[in-house]
Amino acid sequence: MQQRSTIAPNSFDALIPETARVTSVRKETVDTFTMDLDRGFRFEPGQFNMLYAFGAGEVPISISGDPADSSRLVHTIRSVGAVTKRLEALRPGDMLGVRGPYGEGWPMAKARGHDIVIVAGGIGLAPLRPVIYHALRHRDDYGNVVLLYGARSPEDMIFESELHRWRGRFDMGVKVIVDRAPSSWRTHVGVVTTLIPKVYFDPIDTIAMVCGPEVMMRFVVREFQNRGLTEDKIYVSMERNMKCAVGLCGHCQFGPEFICADGPVFRYDRVRDIIGIREI
Amino acid sequence: MTEVSISGKVILGLEGLGKIVSNLRREGYSVIAPVFEAGVMKLAEIESADDLPRGVRDQQEKGTYRAEQIEGERDLFKNNVSCFSYKSFLHDPHLCVFKAKKDENGFTIEKPEREEKRFAFFGIRSCDLTAMSKLDDVLLQGDYVDSAYDDRRKPVMNIAVNCTTSADTCFCASMNSGPRARANFDLALTEIIDDERHVFLCEVGSDEGAKLLCGVPFEDAPDEDDRAADVLIVAAAKMQMRSIDTSGIAELLQRVQTSHRFEEIAERCLACANCTMVCPTCFCTNIFDVTDLTGDNAERVRHWDSCFTLSYSQLHGGSVRQSVSARYRQFITHKLGTWHDQFGGIGCVGCGRCIAWCPTGIDITEEMAVFRQLAAP
Amino acid sequence: MNPEESNPEALLIAITQHKFCTGLSDAHLKTLASMAEAVSIEPGRFLIREGGKADRFYLIRTGKLFIEMYAPGRGAVPITTIGTGDVLGWSWSLPPYRWHFDAKALTLTRVVSLDANKLKDRCDEDHDFGYEIIKRLLLVAQNRLQQTRMHMLDLYKPPQVEQL
Repeated sequence: MQQRSTIAPNSFDALIPETARVTSVRKETVDTFTMDLDRGFRFEPGQFNMLYAFGAGEVPISISGDPADSSRLVHTIRSVGAVTKRLEALRPGDMLGVRGPYGEGWPMAKARGHDIVIVAGGIGLAPLRPVIYHALRHRDDYGNVVLLYGARSPEDMIFESELHRWRGRFDMGVKVIVDRAPSSWRTHVGVVTTLIPKVYFDPIDTIAMVCGPEVMMRFVVREFQNRGLTEDKIYVSMERNMKCAVGLCGHCQFGPEFICADGPVFRYDRVRDIIGIREI
Repeated sequence: MTEVSISGKVILGLEGLGKIVSNLRREGYSVIAPVFEAGVMKLAEIESADDLPRGVRDQQEKGTYRAEQIEGERDLFKNNVSCFSYKSFLHDPHLCVFKAKKDENGFTIEKPEREEKRFAFFGIRSCDLTAMSKLDDVLLQGDYVDSAYDDRRKPVMNIAVNCTTSADTCFCASMNSGPRARANFDLALTEIIDDERHVFLCEVGSDEGAKLLCGVPFEDAPDEDDRAADVLIVAAAKMQMRSIDTSGIAELLQRVQTSHRFEEIAERCLACANCTMVCPTCFCTNIFDVTDLTGDNAERVRHWDSCFTLSYSQLHGGSVRQSVSARYRQFITHKLGTWHDQFGGIGCVGCGRCIAWCPTGIDITEEMAVFRQLAAP
Repeated sequence: MNPEESNPEALLIAITQHKFCTGLSDAHLKTLASMAEAVSIEPGRFLIREGGKADRFYLIRTGKLFIEMYAPGRGAVPITTIGTGDVLGWSWSLPPYRWHFDAKALTLTRVVSLDANKLKDRCDEDHDFGYEIIKRLLLVAQNRLQQTRMHMLDLYKPPQVEQL
């Protein structure tokens, strides 16, 4: 009658990070930077790591590098809290702790043979950059690849030189839009949803991947629905407080979901009924 | 001495209980049992069955727990659970996750040593046995396992006690988790007291339990004692004044998520987190960072946390659940609703602790009845 | 603003193909064509000016424009970008019939320019036609309002730094 448990390979020790060194730091915007680490492991686009700053704590950070490059780990971090501020102060050669990769990423396999429309807002482009790397590396596996990127202002756009490079390609569509711009700005001003009617994709055969502030994602989904895309073709990346990243601490609950283990990427119909509820 | 097989039943006396405790201690177990201290039944290590308090009666109601020891009464188990639960022995309230130490290369991380402990829970009730298996579902059954919990949990021996009385706050019968221990025990005792005798009907739940009876004086249980125990347990179930109707409860709670009732509850709820601390299945933890004065030594320490705290849902820019109503909603919809999606079943075992230990007397059974009414078409 | 060669057939096709006109009857499309001319605007030039008489209604065929406002000390502040498939100007439909903003071409922009006085008169005379036009204008207004509300949310605002 008595049920005896057994130790599974992934144990509580999973909460213990390994050390890694910073190899480079690049400033993206006034409060956002990209940091390379000297160790790498396989990950899926959309997965995240827990980064530990000595004595300050741990934060979940999406991996923003190339999934095909397992020689290093790349994270793009917005310094808005005690731990991210400490990470921001690290310089090449400095040490931090890292554990991961965690979570369910973007549906790259399911998107094969489909058009991909990526909608990113602000730092939401970071977890989607591995999707772009992957799609461009396996270009023949996908139909149209379109990136729609919204930021607060031209100075708040991350990966700017890459955006230019992607925009120059014949096999990818890129449109950017900002909330506020100087009059020298030569393209879109407004909200990212206004770009959706302006690009071509086949609603029957498209996978949309959306990451940005939650409110933005809700508007974007509505706009996609206006274009005939059904909820089972739309994926969003959610965010909640995370402490353990392995589904044990309870913090990241979002209705029945644990963001860390069941997400952070969810097919929209799975979160539809709860995403609009206040303080959920 | 004859071997007793699993689900076999015997009758033993106080002397037998003493022998079971000493057998456990000889095997290296810390025997944890309810002891009466400062007006409450605490859980603490006992050295012998003589440490078990007699004649303790408790009275529990919304926001109320009172216990007293009645002179001259012989019974050991004619009371119910208090604010303490076995969770604190298996799922440490405070636990060092790792230590980091600065050195010339940067820092090194090390896993802290942890003392090995083997617990025998003597007198654990059915609700708490059920709670333990629910914690097992959460902490041992996913892709990742809480090995700190596993280390403690694996060697546990459960000497259960079938309740022969129910507090006014008990509702295990409706949650199908009591008052009779049905699983997860090594031995299960039912205390039978009449004019001539003070005996325990003892059911064997495991081979380890059977081995514990080694050297214990017992007799085969006659059918009438078995029936007498049944009558006592059934009577305890019938005493229960509270219940939760669990039919379709997960869907029901999903339907009432935006109900104004949550605001009404929030007018009484202090967000003190008592309910989550006393709950035997609440498992949430937070992790904090501690450094020494030199700044060279850092530790990450895990503490119990509660969905009632503001920091629980902290996200850059502020907490997601600012209002108390949203936090109560998280508590009840998780406990009785979304638990089903995550781990199967319901996260509540009907122990009634959250009712007795709520300083403002919020009653989960009462609230569920209100929600059921609100959700009715 | 340069009037383009106004071949009536080409104009009717441009109007028929414009998103705003989707679902209009042939008769209504012809009505619009009868009050239309084709116009192009060089980059940097203004199609409408704040305060000016709102006597045109524009269907944008190709190109991109800023709707902007000039503020002393801040210069021109772009508010939103409109372009291919969008329409510009509903001030013609309601008093005081004046433009509220500037619209400046970012790229060479080609529009169908409708005579708003004629359009207004026609709407007054033929309510079926008027209803079709107003319904479409309402949709445009609704979209712009939603976008503006979303814009006001300042979605990417940096979070308050908290130490918790």
